[in-house]
Amino acid sequence: MKKIHSFARFAATSLALGLTLAGHSSVFAQAIFPIDRAAILAGSKFDFKVEFDRVVDAAKTRISINGIDAAKVLGAEPQFIFNEDGKKVSSFVLPGVMLDKPGSYDVVAVSGNARMQVTWEVYATGPRKAKNVILFIGDGMTVANRTAARILSKGIKEGKYLGRLSFDDMSNMALVGTSGVDSIITDSANSMSAYTTGHKTSVNALGVYVSRAKDNLAHPKVETITELIKRKTNMAVGIVSDAEVEDATPAGMVAHTRRRADKDIIAEQLFFSRADVIMGGGSAYFLPQTTPGSKRKDTNNLIDLFKLDDYAFASTDKEMKQAAANPKTRKLLGLFHPENMDGALDRHFLKKGTVPQFPEQPDLADMTRTAIEVLSRNPNGFVLMVEAGLIDKFNHPLDWERSVYDTIMLSNAVQVAKDFAAKNNDTFIMVTPDHTHGASIVGTIDDNKPGTEMRNKVGVYADAGYPNYPKANKDGYPEKVDVSKRLAFFYGNTPDYYETFQPKMNDPFVPAIKLTKDGPYVANPAYKDVPGAVLRTGILPQSADTGTHTADDGVLSAMGPGSERIHGFMDNTEIFRAMADSLGLAANANSTKMVKASKVVKPVTAAK
Amino acid sequence: MTIERREFLLSAAIPLLTFAPFAKAAESLKFAELYKSRTVMGMAFADRTLQLAGKPVDLAGYMAPPLKPEANFFVLTRTPVSVCPFCDSDADWPADIVVVYVKKAGSFLQDGSAVSVSGVLQTGSKTDTDTGFVSQLRIIDAVVKRL
Ligand SMILES: [Zn+2]
Repeated sequence: MKKIHSFARFAATSLALGLTLAGHSSVFAQAIFPIDRAAILAGSKFDFKVEFDRVVDAAKTRISINGIDAAKVLGAEPQFIFNEDGKKVSSFVLPGVMLDKPGSYDVVAVSGNARMQVTWEVYATGPRKAKNVILFIGDGMTVANRTAARILSKGIKEGKYLGRLSFDDMSNMALVGTSGVDSIITDSANSMSAYTTGHKTSVNALGVYVSRAKDNLAHPKVETITELIKRKTNMAVGIVSDAEVEDATPAGMVAHTRRRADKDIIAEQLFFSRADVIMGGGSAYFLPQTTPGSKRKDTNNLIDLFKLDDYAFASTDKEMKQAAANPKTRKLLGLFHPENMDGALDRHFLKKGTVPQFPEQPDLADMTRTAIEVLSRNPNGFVLMVEAGLIDKFNHPLDWERSVYDTIMLSNAVQVAKDFAAKNNDTFIMVTPDHTHGASIVGTIDDNKPGTEMRNKVGVYADAGYPNYPKANKDGYPEKVDVSKRLAFFYGNTPDYYETFQPKMNDPFVPAIKLTKDGPYVANPAYKDVPGAVLRTGILPQSADTGTHTADDGVLSAMGPGSERIHGFMDNTEIFRAMADSLGLAANANSTKMVKASKVVKPVTAAK
Repeated sequence: MTIERREFLLSAAIPLLTFAPFAKAAESLKFAELYKSRTVMGMAFADRTLQLAGKPVDLAGYMAPPLKPEANFFVLTRTPVSVCPFCDSDADWPADIVVVYVKKAGSFLQDGSAVSVSGVLQTGSKTDTDTGFVSQLRIIDAVVKRL
């Protein structure tokens, strides 16, 4: 059964809650975007929007920044929207503005007795320290994923590991807070958006603040790192993922939409981003709708557009390596699957999922090597984002073995970057999840324990001992995953499902299904008769089809120039700041001159 | 005979005994045989699929939750689809879906049931005028029976 991620539910819930809380005087809330306490990179672009909870008279409205007319400070007149989306509410928008001078900015909007105030911090950066930045996202990578990957890949004896993952020995580490504007629980869209823009946003949103605009594309935008790099520098940008390239994490590098599901639009935004290397799955959104298998709603062939724009195109591992071997290749589009690519356990060992149909998918480590090879031909340096997207895709359906094999794959990909960085020591590398899952290693499961009841074969404390996975192969993977004594790795936040206490050797796990359209998710009966399977009653609402994200901090590892900023607890927006700082993206911001407060505040004039 | 709304309401209690009205025997199709290849560059219809275009066919699959209550079509999938993907985006449907335009509106089971569909096969890209839903393969004038 096909698992469909539906984030619409979360959004609907939070909307309902918002209306309840704001419901005391008016059904419309009022807001200023960027929001209160936003930290903004000096000289980065953003859309400034003021939403009143009523219809206002533009001539009697005053919007000021540190006491000065906002139009004067931002160098543009606000566009006045009398009835936004036909509703009885007025808004003011100043698109694409920026603040060059670091400091604190008090933003006040007054109209009649409606008044709003927020404060922004605009920050500069130091001089450029890093030539290149490589950001690895282990999507949904939880501490248990990392520990299990180390056990399976490196082995452990008498309490000491026999080796480390590639990112275990990086010099710096931090805990990352991942919550968004609307919820303590984030999704990959708004968490990636925080990494790539330095601004918080909400579930499902990319590169925008979530305003009350109806149109997904009409929300106030903030500039992405890709846009900054392309506008301010001559550097190259690379975007690599084993999920669809339009999926939330790679999309976060370029996209501006309130809904991550706008994948056909995100594919276009990838094209317009001028990112030099784009590789992953998701070709279905590049094909014209006339081609069977297309998921577009128009006849544009985006692959042809990329080719016309001098991109080399690859659809297999071999083509990818051939394209990179050509020293003239500076721009590369690699699409290796119409949807998400298959994970390491399926590709290398089980040959399940869609591996028989797509046997020539590249490995993430090879994609990383190829991306670096092509991007490093730009003498000005590069920013590369590499996502191991399937760690999350397999944590959701509680398929821990697959998520852990993909964590090992991430370690291999990071090793490629470390080897590259070792040559010149001018590359800032970060490895981080974007959010976590409720997963833990609780012991081992030993098939040779007596009885038939599987839970009594779970060993804890001294009874756990050590698992008997074979020593990993040269790529770091144990070649057998269904061993007789294996890790007991469980998820806490689940729907109802049948726990089988063993790896899913056929296709990836589908824990719960819906039997009727409006009915609850129930344990998938397909696993009911697996010997030893027990029904595990979930603790999530029955609208949840899989395990869900958690608010637990993520663990970030970093090395290279710029990594000195990585320590202690960090907000996810500070990851953007660390990248911007290492590249000196606002090194020229004049930190001495502040916008001075003035008593004269002129009315805002409406654009004609 | 199409499944009538009245029958649908009763269907939880009374199994439906309905028969396709085609005098001529319809050719039987299988989901696994609709396409001959699937690559990064798209899918290619199987020769038999192309040959049967415009002809009566039978196809068994699962009725996905309808896109909207008043729609005159539904999506037939190879395996049960748990959520109405359209509520979020039509982007997440499996690639090999078949869109079924029913003879009589309102004949939806709405519960992801296994069904057999009989109607005329249609190939090629088409955008539904009401919903904007794009399909590559359709069965039109269809009657549906619960399996
Ligand atoms: Zn997720």
